[in-house]
Parts: sequence; C-alpha cells; structure tokens
Amino acid sequence: MSRLPRASGHFRTSYAQDFRLIQTPLERRWLAALLVALLTFPFIASPFLTDLASQALLAMVGAMALMLLTGFAGQVSLGHAGLLAAGAFTAGILFRETGAPFWMTLPAAALVGAFLGVVFGLPSLRLRGLYLAVSTLALHFLVAYVGGEYESKRGFSTGIVIDPPVIAGKAVTDPRAWYFILLTAAVLTLLVCLNLLRSRSGRAWAAIRANETVAEALGIGVAANKLLAFVISSMLTSLAGALFAYYRGFVSVEAFSLFLSIQYVAMIIIGGMGSVLGAILGAVFVTLFPYLIEAVMQLLPGAGAYAGVMFAVNYAAFGVVMILFLVLEPQGLVGIWRRVQTYFLLWPFKHKPVAGARR
Amino acid sequence: MQLAVNIAVLASIYALIACGYVLIYRVSRVLNLAHGELMMLAAYLLLTTASSFAGHPLFAISAAIGLSILVGAMVYLFLMRKMTGEMALAAVLATVALGVLLRGITVIVWSAQQQYPATALGLVNPSIALPGGARISLCGALLVACTAVAYGSLLAFLRFGRWGVRMRAAGQSPLLAAQRGINLHAIYAIAWSLSTFTGAMAGMLIALDSGLGQTMTIIGLKAFPAALVGGLDSLAGALAGSLIVAAAEVLLIHYVDPLLSEVVPFLVLIAMLVVRPWGLFGTREELDRV
Repeated sequence: MSRLPRASGHFRTSYAQDFRLIQTPLERRWLAALLVALLTFPFIASPFLTDLASQALLAMVGAMALMLLTGFAGQVSLGHAGLLAAGAFTAGILFRETGAPFWMTLPAAALVGAFLGVVFGLPSLRLRGLYLAVSTLALHFLVAYVGGEYESKRGFSTGIVIDPPVIAGKAVTDPRAWYFILLTAAVLTLLVCLNLLRSRSGRAWAAIRANETVAEALGIGVAANKLLAFVISSMLTSLAGALFAYYRGFVSVEAFSLFLSIQYVAMIIIGGMGSVLGAILGAVFVTLFPYLIEAVMQLLPGAGAYAGVMFAVNYAAFGVVMILFLVLEPQGLVGIWRRVQTYFLLWPFKHKPVAGARR
Repeated sequence: MQLAVNIAVLASIYALIACGYVLIYRVSRVLNLAHGELMMLAAYLLLTTASSFAGHPLFAISAAIGLSILVGAMVYLFLMRKMTGEMALAAVLATVALGVLLRGITVIVWSAQQQYPATALGLVNPSIALPGGARISLCGALLVACTAVAYGSLLAFLRFGRWGVRMRAAGQSPLLAAQRGINLHAIYAIAWSLSTFTGAMAGMLIALDSGLGQTMTIIGLKAFPAALVGGLDSLAGALAGSLIVAAAEVLLIHYVDPLLSEVVPFLVLIAMLVVRPWGLFGTREELDRV
C-alpha cells in the first residue's frame, strides 16, 4: 500500500512502522470517534435510516471485494452480480432443501464462492482487459441461468423465501440487530482487505497490476496470485450475497441483473480506483443515490408526473453521474477527498514544492 | 426446414447488430456495450416519427434513421471523444453508463410498456410461405435482405471507399494515420454513426416484427458474442459468428430447453474464449493490445 507523505513531524523509520494500520495518535482518536458514532447510530437514527445504513454496509462488503480484484489486482470483472447471486442462491437452496442454519449456509456460500472464483479466474490466466471483462460477463449470465433454472424447476418461480437467521435461540428480525451484524461483516472485510494488501500477496497484486511481465520476472507467481485474487474476492462477494439473502429474506434471480454488476463497478469508479476508502465511499454513494434522487425530485415542481417512472429517472441520473465521474473525475470521490486534504495541508500555499515532491 | 429459416433470420439479426460492435471496435478499439440501447432508442424514435408522419411509413422510417445517425455522431462528439486516450476499460464503462442513461430516458419518454410501431405505421407483417413448408414473416425476410445489403456495402466501403480505407488505416495505427493527415475525430464519428445506423436498422426491423420493449437491449447484448466469436475486428467474421451463435441457439432451444435462449450465446462465447480468444477471423495480437 502506498501511503501519502505526511505534512510534517511524523517520520516512519522502520518497516514495522510503515506497515502499521493506525499510524498516529490522532488517527487512533478519530477512529475511536468513528467507531462510537457507528455503534450509537442505530439508537439515534430512525428505522428507515438504520435500514439504509445496513444496505450501505452490505454494499461495502461487495464493493471492497471487487476493489480488491479490480482496483488492486487489476483484473476486471463485470460478473459481480453473478457471484452475489451464487452466494444468495447457495444460502437459499441449502435452507430450502435441508433447512440448514445460517452458520452452515454462510461457509457453504463461501466455498461456492471460492469455487466460482477459480472458474471466473481461469480465463484471466489467458485473457486481459476487455476480453476478461467479457468472459466474466458471460459467466454472470451462466450463473443467473442456473439460478433461474432452479427456481422454475423446483416451483419457486417467484423466488425463494428464507427465514431470518437464528442467533442464540432468537430469530434476527430487528433492524438494529441486522445493522450490527452487517457492521461486523463490513469491518471484518475491511480488516481482511487491509491486511491482505500490506502482505506479500497484496504487493504481488500491485506488481501484477503494474506490469505482468515484470512481476513474473521478479519471481511472483502471476497465475497463482491472479487466481488467489479471484478466489478471495469471490468468497467475500459470495458471503455478501448470502447475507443479502438473509437480510431480504428472499432470493430471486431478478435481483441479480446485469445492472447490479454495473452498480458495483460504478461503486469502485465513483469511489476511486485503487483505494479501499474509495470502495467504502462509492458503496455509500451508490446505495444512497436513489433516495437522494427521489428527495430531489420531490422538491422540484411537477415531479408528480414522474412518480410512476421513478426507477427510470434513477437509471438516467445514475448513468449521468457515472459518465460525469468517468469524464471529469476519474480518481473518484477519493480523488476529491485527497485534493481537499492537500489544499489544507499546503495552506497557505497552492502547490507542492517541486523538489522532493512525490505523488 | 422451418428451423433453417429461423436460423437464417436470427443469424441476420445478430449479424446486423454485430457489425456495429465490429465497426467501432475495429476503428477505435472501443467496445460499445451501449449498442443494444442505441438500437432500442432508434426503434423508439421510429415510434415517434410514426405518429408525427402518420400515413407516410417510408418517410417516418427514413426520418428515424436520420435521427439515429445523428445520435450516433453526437454520442461520439459529446461523450466518447472525451474518453480517447483513456484506458480502454474506462471507455467501455462510459458506454455502459451511456446504456444505463439511455434505458432510463427511453422509459421516461416512451414508458416501459411493450409497443408496436408496425400498427402505428399502419404496416402489416404477413407471413410468407416458402418452398419446403416453412414460413417467414415479411419483416424477417426484410431483415435477411437488409443484412445482406448492409454487409455487402460495408465490405465494399471498407475495401474501396476513400473514407473506408482511412477507417482501416485509423484502426491499424491511429498515430500513423493521424500523421498522414487523416482526421481521426471525423473517422471515429463516422464509425459511430455507421454503427448506430446498422443498429438502428436492426432495431427498427425487430420492433416492426415483434414489438418494442426494454427486452431489446438483451437482444443487443446477445449479438455481442456473435461479434466476438467471429473475431472482434473482422466484419466477415461477424457474419460467420452470427451464423454459429444463431444455429446453436435455435437448435438448443428446439431440442433441449427453451429457457436456454438467454444463455446460449454466452455459452458459445465462453467456449470460444477458452479455445481461441481472438475469434475465428480475428487477428491474434489483438489480445495483447487491450
């Protein structure tokens, strides 16, 4: 992981220091404040806001997984919804067919995800860039087809209903309880990602993303590391899918359309490629976006005419925002954030000094 | 016999759409994933022109075609021109975003219901009996004819036309082409217009044949494997790829399972990517360039 240079005062003199996740006391205090804020949030906010936050947390898991694969290992995937669907369907099918409890279906979903990670990853050994994206796209349709086939053959044509998970003898239905479950999942995913990225495989992925030939020459097992990236990312995504299934209480193949894949790709673009913070910001942005649009539409006069096609307005606005980010701010929200940060760090100066400047 | 006719019609649908993918990819190395949406937009434009020029179907159709060519050029001028020089992937994602935007706009403007431009135009779509007991709808026959004409003229244009040669040059090496005084932006704009034009023809004919709805984007996406199977930078390949994909689809639907329709082209695509990723007629070094 590359770190931005600090303004002053904080010098890292050993590798152990450089690798530390929390670097300064100030960071520690901010993190503690954030954690307190996150933990008290559901007790202050309305159930609606808690539900929104839960959705955002769930999206974060998937977005971080995709960021690991695309933003750090440089392997493009347009089949993310397929992996989410695989996790959701694994949980759904196991629950329907065997009545397995969630502590069995979640690991099963992870296993299926790992397997699919190998399947999705195998083309990456041969294909790059566009062709890889296309192959994952094709696999998405394949997974969706298998799910749809199961639904129609077993007579769940409208979808599979899943009971809420039972923890300590109680069914989890309370939005607050869900918030904490999903918060735990998101924080764990974050830790997994951060720790992977500062480990050997994280550095291997960075090398592969920069230049495969050079990475191979440096003694990095390109094929193995690519597959590893796919497997880990798919496992996390699949788990997110299973959690999604339990959270909604319902699995249907319609929920995992190509648009969902596009949304996840949008999350990491809007957030900012190559940054875990970007995945988090992007997930929050994309999750809240439809509600934002709805709120804005209600403020506008004559919005009643569009009430029936709200989803279409959402689509259009989403497309516009994605285009704007691609054209005007390819660095994403993280880019904006960094620019603001630099502005304050350098104030009252406008530019970095040329000598020793590093980006 | 009916199966052969079905294959021919489906193959010409795919081929007419796939040549749009190939044109843009060959010239500018951009994969246009909004092709299905542009095609759908053209069909919706036909719906609008049909109501404003009621009673003059030919006039309405040519107006809609003109509009969609304009849309294609505008897509390049206002969106894709900004993406030149960016990563190939960023450009692809821009087209994906464009597709999402167009899908939203079409629903806002024309509603999400299934519509029938043929009735709006006052056209009938009779079924024609062919020798051998097979039947083909008039629009299906038109589709086959249009595809043949489109491919013939496109191949001739690229082979002999002044701008066609320039397009091939720009596709082979943009840098050298620009240095020889070829206006790359004009070339790319023409490629986008041409591709939207062929897509528009496909979209309109499909809409005339079987109605118009949001599902048309799926047809557009299903034609993409046809382009890739033949080789993304080869027009003749797109024709062959369409035949293979269409044959696989029709036969598997008929003999195995109708639900397979959505997934067969992608199965063929995966098989092709495993065996020969650059396609039947594509150039091999393409793979490393992207």
